Amino acid sequence: MDKKKNLFSPIKAWKYAFKKPVSFSMEDIIDRPRESENNARGFHINDHTKCIGCGACSEICPTEAIVMVKRADLEPKDGEHPERPTIDYGRCCFCALCVDICTTGSMKMSKAYVFNTTNPDTLYKMPEEIFAASGGTITGYEKTPESDLLDLVRAEMPSEASEKAKESFIELLKGYSMAQAKAEAARCIGCEICVKTCPANMHIPEYIDAVGQGDMAEGLALLYKTNPLPGVCGSICTHKCETVCAIGQRGEPIAIRWLKRYIVDNAPESMYEEVLMAPVSAPGKGRVAVVGGGAAGMSASYYLRTMGYAVDLYEAKPLMGGVARYGVPQYRMPEERLNKDVDLLKKIGVGFHVNTKVGKDITLDALHEQYDAVFLASGLPQSRSLKLENGDHPDVLYAMPFLAAARDYLRGQGEMPDVAAKVIVIGGGNVAFDVARTILRFQQEKYGHNQVSLVSLETKDILPADKEEIEEGEAEGLRYFCGFGPQGIELSEGKIAGLHTVKCLSVFDENRSFCPVFDKDQKDLIEGSQVYVAIGQMNDHAYFTPEHLDKAVLKGGKVQTDSWGQVQGMPWLFAGGDIVHGPDMIHGIADGHQAARGIDLYLQSLSQTS
Amino acid sequence: MSEVKLFFGPQHPGMHGNASVHLYVEGDLVKKARLVPGMLHRGFEKSMENHTWMGNLALIPRVCVAEPDINEMVFAQGLETIAEVEIPERAHYIRMVIMEMTRILAHMMSLGALASPTGLYTANQWMQADRNNIQDLFEAITGHRIYHMYIVPGGVRKELPQGIETRILDFFTEFERRMPEYHALIFENPTIQARLKDNIMLPEFVVWELGVTGIGMRSAVGKPYDVRKVTPYARYDKVDFEVPVATYSDAYTRSVMKYYEIKESIRIIRQAFDMMPQGKVNVKIAPGNALKWTLPKGQTYSAVESARGEFGYYIVSDGKTQPYRIAVRGASFPQGFLGVERYMPGVRLDDAPLWYDTMGICTPEIDR
Repeated sequence: MDKKKNLFSPIKAWKYAFKKPVSFSMEDIIDRPRESENNARGFHINDHTKCIGCGACSEICPTEAIVMVKRADLEPKDGEHPERPTIDYGRCCFCALCVDICTTGSMKMSKAYVFNTTNPDTLYKMPEEIFAASGGTITGYEKTPESDLLDLVRAEMPSEASEKAKESFIELLKGYSMAQAKAEAARCIGCEICVKTCPANMHIPEYIDAVGQGDMAEGLALLYKTNPLPGVCGSICTHKCETVCAIGQRGEPIAIRWLKRYIVDNAPESMYEEVLMAPVSAPGKGRVAVVGGGAAGMSASYYLRTMGYAVDLYEAKPLMGGVARYGVPQYRMPEERLNKDVDLLKKIGVGFHVNTKVGKDITLDALHEQYDAVFLASGLPQSRSLKLENGDHPDVLYAMPFLAAARDYLRGQGEMPDVAAKVIVIGGGNVAFDVARTILRFQQEKYGHNQVSLVSLETKDILPADKEEIEEGEAEGLRYFCGFGPQGIELSEGKIAGLHTVKCLSVFDENRSFCPVFDKDQKDLIEGSQVYVAIGQMNDHAYFTPEHLDKAVLKGGKVQTDSWGQVQGMPWLFAGGDIVHGPDMIHGIADGHQAARGIDLYLQSLSQTS
Repeated sequence: MSEVKLFFGPQHPGMHGNASVHLYVEGDLVKKARLVPGMLHRGFEKSMENHTWMGNLALIPRVCVAEPDINEMVFAQGLETIAEVEIPERAHYIRMVIMEMTRILAHMMSLGALASPTGLYTANQWMQADRNNIQDLFEAITGHRIYHMYIVPGGVRKELPQGIETRILDFFTEFERRMPEYHALIFENPTIQARLKDNIMLPEFVVWELGVTGIGMRSAVGKPYDVRKVTPYARYDKVDFEVPVATYSDAYTRSVMKYYEIKESIRIIRQAFDMMPQGKVNVKIAPGNALKWTLPKGQTYSAVESARGEFGYYIVSDGKTQPYRIAVRGASFPQGFLGVERYMPGVRLDDAPLWYDTMGICTPEIDR
């Protein structure tokens, strides 16, 4: 190494004595701090209107500096926690992992970095307070797609190609493999916003975690804590949980429904026995009749049975299952998965009484005499009718009878419904799509091609049906006439020739109540020789005698109950499901569970007073 | 003459980091030296087991304050090996730029630290001023000046900001122009030479006995043992650079070698920018979000060449969201722990800080 020595070399440094110093003066550091670079990680900024209080920032914070604090000034809303992050700047290390994991993108960092205080307590702040105190206004570190720590894309679900799908009734979605399920489970941040929104308050993050760890027994036990029909729910739940999922803020929500189905499909039979028989106790506390073998009825039966009641379940049709059996087509709700859930009820000792219509084969009063309490969940078996010109033509058909006949045919218990080559379906909900896509499959079988026109008041972007239904229907060849109002049916030689429609300008008024506005000048004739009406379902209150109706309160056709499901005026009668809350599978299951607890409380209090 | 016990550090201005050496001195001759670690009390290795793979990103840079990026690099590299992930080509080159800029920072810190024991405070002022400029560049790239948290498992955290290449190259062109001034100020300085030359020797047998790597080893045995050359990581096999060696390891040689390494680092940065392809800068090392990243079961030793020698992590994963065990091979552990006790005795009291500096010691690497 060179060792040149020169006494004068260091003295050259003196030339810098006459140049501008590179350092800042003391005053400037406080009063005019140097502006940070654009990417700087300074004090946090959090947009409270965007933030949903999911707590992912608090979860990942390596120094535990972020605490979620309940904010009284925030109104409780669906899809968010009334909590917001506060940051202890005594602990914060400004690593910005909170920014990178933020589900909504509301958390950012500013360029501000100077904050003077003599009181250490002032370091614990809502992010924007300290930012405001530091006088900063400019955003610094923000997340970019590559720095995002969330996985915004769903693990792909293997599904039947639409070309093949429309030719058969086999289930479209094939279910996750273990690797896919684990990958999907790893996307969840465990914020529990879904738990709050789910009517049954299912333990969603916990069972997703169980899937991630491959613990099927734990997953199954968690499912049955709040939902005795996970197989049905795993296929056709309305998944409000996925609608509010925090990951869905910027990406695709967690496939909660499919993960539930993964547990149900993959838990071995022996595990089922072990996990599910555990909470069941011997009957001895009382006798309860449950009316209606649908979701709510089955749910109530299960929980009443586990609590130690003898339960008899009455169903008007030959098979249990309700809408899952007689409504939803088989490509969405396969027979086997439903049977699995129904068989379980039988196994734990629920007495099945099929082909027994309450009000016809047995009266409600008779049930009252025989049992200590009655749970009423008869559902909405009747189709809502539509007043149209020539609407009484025999080729104007309704959704519910048709779907039931279709399921019966596929079960080998009836004739194939007679579908025409050109069909019009009126309605824009999931039921309308069920009807349309079932007809499409029958047409394919019968004629080798299909032509189904779906007419709805709502335009395609506001259709009440699920997004998947709309996309899959389109792929299968469904013709959409969205945003049209049916006016009348055109007859030709006694047969239906088509449906007259006019353009629908808006469906709802300012108060969000149903009030369609039409443009009578924009007319159209949609071709077809059969019209199926799927614009909603109604209940059938034939079992209520005039004395019952004097006591019970019905509002808009819905039975009024208290929060435990108890019908006002008739303490022995509990009600739940579609007849109370309108059509929704998971709401029915939650109602069944709640009513079971209500019946238990009611009967316990009776036995204590007597 | 009676023996006096003196505390060298942790507050001593010549001390590097939060450690203390108890010196037993007779006259001005150190008779006995005892390292007293434990001032850092972070417990890095244990703490890493309690953080998620990504959460560790905020902790690991603190294992060496002066040169934080080596920690991010070995950690990221190790995780990529366990997860069997191939990172984008562009990320390799960005990593090299970051690594070399940090090496320059660390060398300048170390040369600046010659200031207080030798009284040449100008050196420290100059070094800090230029370090500040490099830290500005780091702030623009990563968002922070000291703990960058930029090299992440799977690549680098973000794309380089617009126009940073020009800023970096312009700075280093200017810096290279001024480097002779540094040489004149420090290495041609008779006082510095008087203090450093033929002083604080590191003979070859000590290198083999303790396991010293890096500049300490290369200056003593004349062999270019450098992890970048012997087991190239990132894309060091694609760039052209020299590893300075010597066979006479006094304090002067070890210091002036840092000066030459800075020159080589600048060469590497230029080449890295020339060869850097466009494209993605990172990939995910595991499915899902960072809270739930799990790595397959496995273990690996991942090493890089730090400014002080071979720096490595031994990482064990048991398939969970957190590491099962991480052990740090601090580059300064051999000379900073055993070396202090065995070979610091014999130096004069005023050379003790120089011994600590020129041996290349970063205390948190020992006290981890």
